[in-house]
Amino acid sequence: MSLAHEMAFANPNITAYAVEATEFPDLARRYMVNGVPKTVVNDEVEILGAVPQDEFVEQALQLPSKTS
Amino acid sequence: MALLSAADQKRLRETFAEMKRPVRLLFFTQTLDCETCVPTRQILDELPPLSDKITIEEVNFVLDRDRAKEYGIDRVPAVAVAYEDAGLPPGETGTAVIKDSRIRFLGTPAGYEFISLVQAILLVGGRESILSAENRALVSAATQPVRIQVFTTPS
Repeated sequence: MSLAHEMAFANPNITAYAVEATEFPDLARRYMVNGVPKTVVNDEVEILGAVPQDEFVEQALQLPSKTS
Repeated sequence: MALLSAADQKRLRETFAEMKRPVRLLFFTQTLDCETCVPTRQILDELPPLSDKITIEEVNFVLDRDRAKEYGIDRVPAVAVAYEDAGLPPGETGTAVIKDSRIRFLGTPAGYEFISLVQAILLVGGRESILSAENRALVSAATQPVRIQVFTTPS
């Protein structure tokens, strides 16, 4: 969670929500959360599991990948 | 009854002592049809006794819709982490300006979420960012709105 929160605090254009999945089954269903952590960015990009910082930032900002 | 052990309280008190800036937790809640609102309040209530830089402001989700909308809160319980900006020149008095960190918690901040909440308080309270210089630059350059939702469970 902390990476998303760090990003939000660093840029006013970014908002980060930690969502307790079991408490909001409607959201868990809508975003097809089958495992945690699952990150959803702007309702379109999905990041599954805990990933390294570089990868998380790259995917959350939808930047072209440096590694592929 | 305290939810945190004496040892945890001591550890947190020491960690919070490093905070440079007052942090305000805006707690969005409602009286009816919210099973987890009371437990959430109980968890949040553990924090202010551990630091004079942490305060809780309760916002009624039903009566104060404008405030909920302002903070992008559409369900409860929810916590928005805000901070007091020391924008006033020395010697001047007035109401502190409350600034939004855009860090949110939806649902009860128990287990891992409690640790995330403590981390968020420390960050907003003045802790150095864990983002690398390169990533900080990438993040700062984002000009479009980005909404990140991280789904977790308490254990």
